[in-house]
Amino acid sequence: MFPTEILLEALLNGLMTGAIYALIALGLTLVYGVLHIINFAHGALLTCAMFLVWGGFALVGLDPYVALLPVVPLMFALGYGVQRWVIGPASHGEDNNILLVTLGLSIILENALLAVFRSDTRTLQTDYAFDVVPVGPLLLSTPRLIGAAATLVVTGLLWLLLNRTDTGRAIRAVAHEKLGAQLVGIDVRHIYAVTFGIGTACLGVVACLLMPIFYVNPRSGGVFVLVAFTIVVLGGMGSVPGALLGGLLIGVVESYSALYFGDSLGQLGIFVIFILVLLFRPSGLFGARA
Amino acid sequence: MTLRDVLPHLGFLFALAVVPYLGVSGPTLNFLIAVLIVALAAQGWNVLGGFGGQYSFGHAAFFGSGAYATAILQVQLGWGAWVGLGASLVVGAIVGLAIGFLSFRAGLRGSYFALVTLAFAEVLRIVANAAGFTGGAAGLLIRLQPGFENLQFADRRHFYLLVLGFVGVALILSRWLERSRFGAHLVAVRENEEAAKALGVDTLRVKLGAIALSAAITACSGCLYAQYYLYIDANVAYGTWISVEALLAPIVGGIGTAFGPLVGALALHGVGEATKLLAGGRPGLDLVVFGGCLILAIAFAPRGIAGLAARVLQSRSAAREGR
Repeated sequence: MFPTEILLEALLNGLMTGAIYALIALGLTLVYGVLHIINFAHGALLTCAMFLVWGGFALVGLDPYVALLPVVPLMFALGYGVQRWVIGPASHGEDNNILLVTLGLSIILENALLAVFRSDTRTLQTDYAFDVVPVGPLLLSTPRLIGAAATLVVTGLLWLLLNRTDTGRAIRAVAHEKLGAQLVGIDVRHIYAVTFGIGTACLGVVACLLMPIFYVNPRSGGVFVLVAFTIVVLGGMGSVPGALLGGLLIGVVESYSALYFGDSLGQLGIFVIFILVLLFRPSGLFGARA
Repeated sequence: MTLRDVLPHLGFLFALAVVPYLGVSGPTLNFLIAVLIVALAAQGWNVLGGFGGQYSFGHAAFFGSGAYATAILQVQLGWGAWVGLGASLVVGAIVGLAIGFLSFRAGLRGSYFALVTLAFAEVLRIVANAAGFTGGAAGLLIRLQPGFENLQFADRRHFYLLVLGFVGVALILSRWLERSRFGAHLVAVRENEEAAKALGVDTLRVKLGAIALSAAITACSGCLYAQYYLYIDANVAYGTWISVEALLAPIVGGIGTAFGPLVGALALHGVGEATKLLAGGRPGLDLVVFGGCLILAIAFAPRGIAGLAARVLQSRSAAREGR
């Protein structure tokens, strides 16, 4: 058995990692909830965002947290364009096609990055990467705490956007009843692209929060994407609170299974949960829709 | 199914069989063998994904199980390579049945099925990477002992013909699916599962049969991979690369057709090699082209190269009749 402090620290670290996971899953679940598509390019788009942050730092010394200002709108534009002019037209509205088009996109993005940047792993050297905040007997990493706090802020903003703005109402209308939304004059293709853009903008936020504590190479988004799928399925596809709770839960599970089984088997727990949920409760723990 | 049904297929196989005897270089032969191994994996995918409409994103689970089955038997237990080959097929079919039973019983389809197969492949990859009898992260090395009884050949052309033989069997099997009652049931499940069920098709059994056959073919491809390179590790055997390759080739070549996976694999890798030649040593560019081909095929050629060819032939004969 481990002493209580280590268990507590694993719990808090798990929650902080889980918050970042939740933010990745938030984008995925939003896209699923409105467009009813599973976006396989989510991981590759995250990698793109991370390279943007890295590029900003390496070229002009842009601090990753300041990089939020250009990266988030850029990612929104990228997501909007990709859905509006690639995924939408290419898939002819068939579910299996959408799945394959996003898979094709992820192959293209990942390997284009590989061709440009090779498979070298890159990190940012910031002077606050190893700062810690003492909380009682525990020391918590400052960048991770910032990440967790930012996740809560972004979730709040997203809730406001969806519930208090016209665009948000249009998004929810399209999610509920596409044809009806079209009949009252909502441009469904535009709303689809906006939703996709919001999903990728979330990835822009994630990239800025991750870069101080994580590395980037052309495959690093893939590390997160399966975890994000697990969270989305666990939380119920399309459910925003589900993604948040699922993310925190998965973060804790990962943290504890790494503690007890070592790093290499740590991820196994996640996939086993993934498979069990898919097989026995595909609507998720918090989702209503099957 | 009569001889006439498979005549074009036999002709195509014969044409491929003479290629290595036309004085092709060693690297070209290597390339062709690699493409045929991928094509075989893709033919397996096409049985379930193409004819059955169940898109698996985790055929690596079957490829890897086939590769590990033969490698473990040979390296850890000292059994022969031919027994290993038989074991690969059986293990592949069993893994397929197990995954299929769990997923289809739970009613998973569409993107849910894609996700669960992906997760199964990942679980197997992590386990194979950590377990002892799989050689862990170091992988397994099969001893080099050229000889027919060891399924290793000093002359690469013989290995080429062996792989082509299995590709041929899979091609004829796919052709049989196009003509048989079982194949018709499978297509009925793809087009409308509820309607097929209402008409008395035992859809669960049909899907299970399809995934077992599909998995066995892909496992055979994994076995041949291990036999050719004489080395596997978890990231190769259960890696996502083969799951992606296995679905790319049929979609580009012509999904749900007998020729599709083979034509697709040849075309894709031909274009991929050309890209590599033109672009120099940059890694990843060939895969960028693959991804582009996938999106273009879905956008403009839903029946792939086979569908395009059929359309051209049709319009030509229509023009002739018009005259």
